[in-house]
Amino acid sequence: IDVLQTNLKIEKDHIVIIFSNGRLNAVSCIDGEVLWEKDFEGESLEVQQVIQPPGSNLIYVVGFASSSLFEMYQINALNGELLKHESAAFSGGFLGEVSPVFSETVVALDSTGLILLTISFQNGKISFQQTPISNLVKDSFGPAKIIPSSVTGIFAIKMNAVTIVIRLTDENKLEVVEKTNHETSISDALSISEGQQAFALVQHAGHEIHLRVKLAHNWDDNLLKESVKMDQHRGLVHKIYINNYIRTDKSYGFRALIVMEDHSLLLLQQGKIVWSREDGLASIIDVTTSELPVERDGVSVAKVEHNLFEWLKGHMLKLKGTLMLASPQDIAAIQSMRLKNSDKSKMTRDHNGFRKLLIVLTRAGKLFALHTGDGHIVWSHLLQSLQKSKVCQHPIGLNLYKWQVPHHHAMDENPSVLVIGKCGPSSDAPGALSFVDTYTGKELSSLSLVHSVAQVIPLPYTDSTEQRLHLLIDADKHAHLYPKTPEAISIFEREFSNIYWYSVEDDNGIIKGHALRGKCTGEVADEVCFDTRELWSIVFPSESEKIIATVTRKLNEVVHTQAKVIADQEVMYKYISRNLLFVATVALKGSGEIGSVTPEESWLVAYLIDTVTGRILHRVTHHGSQGPVHAVFSENWVVYHYFNLKAHRYEMSVIEIYDQSRADNKDVWKLVLGKHNLTSPISLYSRPDVITKSQSYFFTHSVKTIAVTSTTKGITSKQLLIGTIGDQVLALDKRFLDPRRTVNPTQAEKEEGIIPLTDSLPIIPQSYVTHALRVEGLRGIITVPAKLESTTLVFAHGVDLFFTQLAPSRTYDSLTDDFNYALLLITIVALAAAIFLTWTLSERKELQENWR
Amino acid sequence: MSNVKVLLNGGQNITFLRPDGYFSFHNIPAGTHLIEVSAIGYFFSPVRVDVSARNPGKVQAALTENRKGLSELVLEPLREEQYYEIREPFSIMSLLKSPMGLMVGFMLAVAFLMPKLVENMDPEEMRRAQEEMRSQGVPSLSSLLPG
Repeated sequence: IDVLQTNLKIEKDHIVIIFSNGRLNAVSCIDGEVLWEKDFEGESLEVQQVIQPPGSNLIYVVGFASSSLFEMYQINALNGELLKHESAAFSGGFLGEVSPVFSETVVALDSTGLILLTISFQNGKISFQQTPISNLVKDSFGPAKIIPSSVTGIFAIKMNAVTIVIRLTDENKLEVVEKTNHETSISDALSISEGQQAFALVQHAGHEIHLRVKLAHNWDDNLLKESVKMDQHRGLVHKIYINNYIRTDKSYGFRALIVMEDHSLLLLQQGKIVWSREDGLASIIDVTTSELPVERDGVSVAKVEHNLFEWLKGHMLKLKGTLMLASPQDIAAIQSMRLKNSDKSKMTRDHNGFRKLLIVLTRAGKLFALHTGDGHIVWSHLLQSLQKSKVCQHPIGLNLYKWQVPHHHAMDENPSVLVIGKCGPSSDAPGALSFVDTYTGKELSSLSLVHSVAQVIPLPYTDSTEQRLHLLIDADKHAHLYPKTPEAISIFEREFSNIYWYSVEDDNGIIKGHALRGKCTGEVADEVCFDTRELWSIVFPSESEKIIATVTRKLNEVVHTQAKVIADQEVMYKYISRNLLFVATVALKGSGEIGSVTPEESWLVAYLIDTVTGRILHRVTHHGSQGPVHAVFSENWVVYHYFNLKAHRYEMSVIEIYDQSRADNKDVWKLVLGKHNLTSPISLYSRPDVITKSQSYFFTHSVKTIAVTSTTKGITSKQLLIGTIGDQVLALDKRFLDPRRTVNPTQAEKEEGIIPLTDSLPIIPQSYVTHALRVEGLRGIITVPAKLESTTLVFAHGVDLFFTQLAPSRTYDSLTDDFNYALLLITIVALAAAIFLTWTLSERKELQENWR
Repeated sequence: MSNVKVLLNGGQNITFLRPDGYFSFHNIPAGTHLIEVSAIGYFFSPVRVDVSARNPGKVQAALTENRKGLSELVLEPLREEQYYEIREPFSIMSLLKSPMGLMVGFMLAVAFLMPKLVENMDPEEMRRAQEEMRSQGVPSLSSLLPG
């Protein structure tokens, strides 16, 4: 999207010209009404620049129609009328982008990238002027790339990591004004007083940023020249924007806002960084957690006041604060001392498990570690393997996995995480791995892979140093084992025949199950490469079903017990196989926006599929419904949210699956005396005897994401965390989504806790986890179990980040925060005094009685 | 007013309110659509909007929560939402009903009322009860009661 700065006015209403998606729009600033629009999509034009010369009511749209045809459109800015359309062919072809230099001149490159073309379209005539780059710059080689800039007369080209800034003089001659090896960025033009334009040039040289502000027509004079020290962990400078202010001596001062490679923002003024914002955290891709170090005696991570004087000073300040004698600076000092010493932000584990590190991977390829106590950034690391380089042209971060979590052996090693990325947008782009230590934030090692990464499967096996084995499946269906150590290979070969996984191909509507076959054959063979074979496949007919959601259970989920006691002392056994997959498909017509089809044309089918054998255990069709489907799978139930076209409302459905083969084990006598099959081995190859129960309810809001609370032992009841479209998170008790709800529950069912059935799920405002706040741009919710069984930690991320602790069944295993210790002490003291008093009174009375 | 978003079809189009409370969606095709309002502190029912294909510009609206039809597209909240529980104001009764208060109350009752029961027994009964207690070591309530 391009937004043009204009000073156009139609009767006091400023107009903004916006170009996006091949369409040029003029939008009024008062009410956002689109005044006119012009579509360029039909003209097969690759629009390069939209130029609005200041002081006129014209807009020029220039671009390339094919690789050698240059097109220019002149449009009246006030009403969108096309005034002129010219095109000219150039035999040398065009390459890359176009930079506007003057109001009717642009600069482009020819298809070899070695000749600069000055294209001017004054008065409707297009003329080309060629200047080979070698005329301007000695020893230039390699194709160049134009860096467009909106400053009049100036543009830059980049050749082999050398940036050259070139000026187009009034006589249409190109002259080089600057040549540098450092990463350079040019800001937009800022008009200051009487038609003069100023712009900023920023260069990143190692640890310093050099900022220069110049006037557009006078390159040699610097209005401002500053250098600022910059840490390396933010990467290189990407963009700069400037703003001016009037200083006390009536000269111009400039401030610059820089956007760095890791998406952080910095404001530079007068040679200093005034503030910085880690805006990379607004685009989190994946989250995992890590434990903090154990608190060791004698090694204290918190800064203890060694100095007696400092301790005295601290207490004096706190006393002043209580007596209301403190000045504002003292109050600030007291606050900061309290924050430093508070338990929440200590850097060691606590026995409730509330203090953890959240390791997040952002889209900029930077890893942050956030402390769960107060959210401060403990460390951050810009991953070199995920930055643009010769090896990796378009790096994309994919996932984070826990790599090494020492808790039994190897206790003197730090836990580490595995970062997986790929070097291009296609599915067969080579992958890149990186291992990062979570206590220090340093990268332990990194690998650029020759093969691609289509799927990552963490295996339930760890080696002697507690590194988890991972299988990386590439696009050619080979499996690679990491870590590539002989020990890992031996552990893996023992469990070779027990490893199954599935893959989902959304476009073709096929789900396949895979297992391993043997070592790789062919040129790509090494000891950790294995061939895979396909065990089963389910093909959904593409004319009638399109896969829109697949959900499976979380790998580390703990189920407390398989037996579920229901009313009348009956027992139902949950079917808790980890190899279940929930798939939702929708009719082809219904895969568009909600409400875009009639109820007869759309249906939603939900499947429960066993991923080892490919058996479809359950299928249910919802007629007159469509997606988008958001689902969550936990223990033996699935809850999914979709749109009901007939009622034109959203619905939530629950499916619970129970194991019927154990249903005979109802009481002790049967277990002791009768036949039972509790000792028979469980194998998924035999046909599982399951029954399912399901129910649907209406739900008011659109939903962005659903998650479920998880605790260490799975005893606490579960709450569904629903992220609504209003960016709030609602905690809905699972008991509302119990398929055994009936309109009139019997007495036994009421004792069990079954809520009477209503047609819609209640939204109780007090159960919004985010209370009166919004997690702007909510994208994902993650729950982490704490060590305390009653509590779970919830992290919601989007543009905002939100973290809280939830206790779905209230904190039944520890005293609450607001427990009134003072009242308890007072009561004990009062009772002791009363006992003493009455004892003396009774002694005295007895004595008096004896003396009577 | 600036925090209020109006969403069409589950987030397909999002618009904001003008200072006078008006909002608009442009170029909506004919068919049935869903408008939701997201405003902190208020609960808005989603509105089902039918844009007529035959009469351009004709629009019918109805609330989905209670099926009420709307004659004009003016959206009002169904109710306010309170996100926090209201803290109970301090009252002596709540102090007395708390576990501490109950403990103190029970102790007072036992301390002052039990001797009253014992006072009315004749000394003979008391001496017998005390001998029994000495021999058994367990006080039984039936032996303490008079008669």
